[in-house]
Amino acid sequence: MHLDVGTWFAALIDWLLANFGWFFNAVSWLINLLVGEVANVLIGLHPFLIIALLVAAAAGLTRSVGLSVFSVLAFLLIYSMGLWTDSMSTLAVVLVSVVFSLAIGIPLGIWAALNNTVSKVVRPILDLMQAMPVFVYLIPAVFFFGVGMVPGIAATIVFAIPPAVRLTELGIRKLDVELLEAATAFGAKRSLVLKDVQLPLAFPSIMAGVNQVIMLALSMVVVAGLVGAGGLGGVVVQGVAQLDTARGFEGGLAVVILAVYLDRVTGGAQSLGDVLRRRRVRKEQRAAATTTPAAAREAATTAAN
Amino acid sequence: MNTVELGTTTADRTVGAKQTGAPFIRVENLTKVFQLTKSGRSGLFGRRPLKGFTAVDKVSFEVERGQIFVIMGLSGSGKSTIIRMINRLIDASDGTITVDGKDVRSLPASELRAYRNQTINMVFQHFGLFPHKSLVDNVAFGLKVRGVDKATREAKAAEALTLVGLGDRIHAMPDQLSGGMKQRVGLARALATDAEILLMDEPFSALDPLIRKDMQELLIKLQRNFKKTILFVTHDLNEAMYLGDRIMVMKQGKDMQNGTALDLLEAPADPYIEEFVAEVDRSRVITAGMVARRSPAPAGAPAPAGAPAPGAATAPGAATAPGAAAVGEPGERVQEDVVLHELLPIFAAGAGWAAVVDKNGAPIGKVTAEEVFAALAPKGFSNAS
Ligand SMILES: Nc1ncnc2c1ncn2[C@@H]1O[C@H](COP(=O)(O)OP(=O)(O)O)[C@@H](O)[C@H]1O
Ligand SMILES: [Mg+2]
Repeated sequence: MHLDVGTWFAALIDWLLANFGWFFNAVSWLINLLVGEVANVLIGLHPFLIIALLVAAAAGLTRSVGLSVFSVLAFLLIYSMGLWTDSMSTLAVVLVSVVFSLAIGIPLGIWAALNNTVSKVVRPILDLMQAMPVFVYLIPAVFFFGVGMVPGIAATIVFAIPPAVRLTELGIRKLDVELLEAATAFGAKRSLVLKDVQLPLAFPSIMAGVNQVIMLALSMVVVAGLVGAGGLGGVVVQGVAQLDTARGFEGGLAVVILAVYLDRVTGGAQSLGDVLRRRRVRKEQRAAATTTPAAAREAATTAAN
Repeated sequence: MNTVELGTTTADRTVGAKQTGAPFIRVENLTKVFQLTKSGRSGLFGRRPLKGFTAVDKVSFEVERGQIFVIMGLSGSGKSTIIRMINRLIDASDGTITVDGKDVRSLPASELRAYRNQTINMVFQHFGLFPHKSLVDNVAFGLKVRGVDKATREAKAAEALTLVGLGDRIHAMPDQLSGGMKQRVGLARALATDAEILLMDEPFSALDPLIRKDMQELLIKLQRNFKKTILFVTHDLNEAMYLGDRIMVMKQGKDMQNGTALDLLEAPADPYIEEFVAEVDRSRVITAGMVARRSPAPAGAPAPAGAPAPGAATAPGAATAPGAAAVGEPGERVQEDVVLHELLPIFAAGAGWAAVVDKNGAPIGKVTAEEVFAALAPKGFSNAS
């Protein structure tokens, strides 16, 4: 017996297209607009200015001299390989995809963390999304959005969502029960517990999710080159199609540079929360050092009475 | 004579009842059955019928305002479950909980939050401090929930931290503190909200013995000023006896005995409790006040917490031990919280009795050497021995 699962899926796609065409058009328009704007900025500004900004971001977020030096050299290398424009359009695509993936994935992860039913429903879907060969995403994406940059981005967004959901849910769920009890025992509403306790403490885990989303998006960008998404993916696909090893390698190298840069920088951002908090606390301590003795005396006398 | 005495006792009781109203906290037939889920317990093959596990079984008790009520028992006996049902971190399966006349189990969500925020706070075994907040922000949390503005709540939090001896470290982070200090913060957090009731779930169990002793003393000291109503969970009988006005001993979800420290020592209700109390150093647990307050005869009912008239209090003692009172030299006046261990030198020096006064200097009664020695002698479970 042969079950025609594939045909059913195709029928579903047709049905969606017939009934939700307006939705896909709207998404298409929005994505085009956003990527266009971001790419305009990245490509429009002088490359050296962009490089300076990227290096400053690396230095600020990671405080690592090594990474800063690497960034300078690596981006200059991209520039001198003549891949600057392609790299920046890829970066624009990655940034927009990541923003969409996170905008869907993080709230979904929060919801799944707070609601067991949602978690149970979402988990197998995420498994499916991650296990499915990436090319499969491209086929319906092309149906929905035609050929070009948008289907590549749409496929990238879907492909990159799972880690955002999973790591957000994990970060919130693994929280010490006693802390949840403490917040609840003092009468806090669910929303305050989430905002004041769960999310801040889940921040490193959520940032790990962001990091993975970026890496997945970047890896998908090359694949998206197959449907004409352009950028570095286009360069690599061209290299493969023309059996041009040199060109393909250069495109690949630029992807690797972007990958290493984004990975290290977002990795460093995981501990950013801690760094900022400690700085604030130190500042308060210094500020309080002058006023505290008087305040303490005052409190002591109040207590004695 | 008898009728008069009975009359006065009843009168005293009614006065006491009027002062405190109905018991501040009243728990009746409180029961918790945990439903063991399929994934939890049933085996590989199947759908074994799901049966509940009764963690707390028809427990009833009452707590007066200003009392420290200790729930004691071995691990797994249901202590944490009981106090979590009182602030509804766990929903009870059956029974009633009344706090200050309110039926806690039927509070709607918003009133429940107000009840938790304003009436009943909690101190946790592993401190439950928010690691991402400084001490002052941790302590101010309850006030933040209440909607108090930042400046006021921080001032209040700083004051509470000063009370527990951490006034100079209000901007430190929790992970910079030792265990004992962390629990001081936990205590300050519960004090800062001015809630009348404190739930303390083995708050000192995770601490070193010396630090634990410090914390117990701090709690007693704070309690003298604040007169909170405290439900204190512990598995340590010495701690229970040191802190508890009343102690309830739990075993496998059931209330085995509920009484004062002296009740447990003098008349353990079953062999399980007898075994527990056998390890207690009586001379360091029983206080002069406990002996002086104890009713020597059925006629002299237990003195209510509100200090009775001096004459009435001394009368029963004089009636039961006239010899001692007449023969012995009057000893010193001692505070009611002096343990018998410290009382012994007075008797060794030849005194026949000592007058016991409360912390305001008002007389409570007296203790004779015979009473002290009798209190120190271990007593078995009456049916067993
Ligand atoms: N959520 C739960 N589900 C199932 N059983 C539980 C749950 N919480 C506690 N129990 C069980 O209830 C019993 C009493 O637990 P607890 O109140 O924590 O005891 P204690 O605080 O006295 O150590 C234990 O046997 C424990 O395993
Ligand atoms: Mg417990």
